[in-house]
Amino acid sequence: MGPLIVNGIISENTNLFLAFIIGIGFGFVLESNGFSSSRRLAGMFYGYDTTVLKVFFTAALVGAVGLLFMSLFHWIDLSYIYINPTYLWSTLGGGVIMGAGFILGGYCPGTSFCAASIGKIDALAFIGGMFIGIFIFAEGYPLWENFYYAKFLGAPLLSDMLGASRGLLTLLVILVALGMFWVGEWAERRFARDDYTLNQ
Amino acid sequence: MKQKKYMNPYLGGVLLGLVLIVAFWVSGRGLGASGAAKSALVAGMNTVAPAHAGNSAFYSDYLESHPNPLSQWLVFEMLGLVVGGFVSGAIAGRLKFKVEKSPKITNKTRIIFAVIGGVFFGFGSQLGRGCTSGSALTGMAVLSVSGFLSMAAIFGTAFALAYFARKLWI
Repeated sequence: MGPLIVNGIISENTNLFLAFIIGIGFGFVLESNGFSSSRRLAGMFYGYDTTVLKVFFTAALVGAVGLLFMSLFHWIDLSYIYINPTYLWSTLGGGVIMGAGFILGGYCPGTSFCAASIGKIDALAFIGGMFIGIFIFAEGYPLWENFYYAKFLGAPLLSDMLGASRGLLTLLVILVALGMFWVGEWAERRFARDDYTLNQ
Repeated sequence: MKQKKYMNPYLGGVLLGLVLIVAFWVSGRGLGASGAAKSALVAGMNTVAPAHAGNSAFYSDYLESHPNPLSQWLVFEMLGLVVGGFVSGAIAGRLKFKVEKSPKITNKTRIIFAVIGGVFFGFGSQLGRGCTSGSALTGMAVLSVSGFLSMAAIFGTAFALAYFARKLWI
């Protein structure tokens, strides 16, 4: 049955309309969890607020388990699900640069728009910077084009690479996540701050 | 109006995961954010300087595969995100113009570093073919190698640099 657009169940315009509705859900959940707050997001890296870890990993796991269940009941055809390709160097290089941006700017792209929607001026500044960054990438594209396409590995799944089933890998990731949640809860007590209220 | 508390993060994660699953079910792709900014930039360049957009590989490649760069799934999703964030903020009493920062730094410092961080994130999201949403979160949910690598690189680097940036936050 799913994905609806691939199987021609909905039109292209309906798909875009549903994108808007899904976006509302995305933004509502992000804001309700305080992803509109740069100090909350940055708290992840100092241990005083590990909400990002808890929300992010819970979401990824619910997504992974959900896809497996939907596939089991034939509600979705996993072969039509887009798998992010791996270009080893640019995936890692891009990630490192984004990590630096995260700790300096306190947002990532999605959360910056979410924060701007409730009036955070620092988020608007981040968005401005983000457009400059994309512009620099675009204008200098010939300089890093080779790096951008280097070491292409196709679109492998981690489960295939490890020789495990999707289900087994998902179970392993769940166990790792439970361990990280425990560390997160510990860190929030250990690194609590007087000038920061966790669930304000 | 008194601000409401934030949602329980594990409940929030489950809800975000459900939104992600609906995105897969509808479109076959997960969530994203930086792709919409790229669409907007390409559309802007194509309007302001169409000759330059036609000659430069980054813009022309994108325009060739996306003839109408603003009519994209992620653009509509991000418009929705802004609406959803605003509604949540309104319900919780969090709508307010402010610069959020550590009490130890000035507004000016915060803004300067927000811009610098944005430049890095914008550049990195293009190099890495997606940001925290599209590459790390969605990529991990589909169990792709690139999703786990992206997550490790983003969060690993931020942890590694946290000590040097500590004056900005704590």
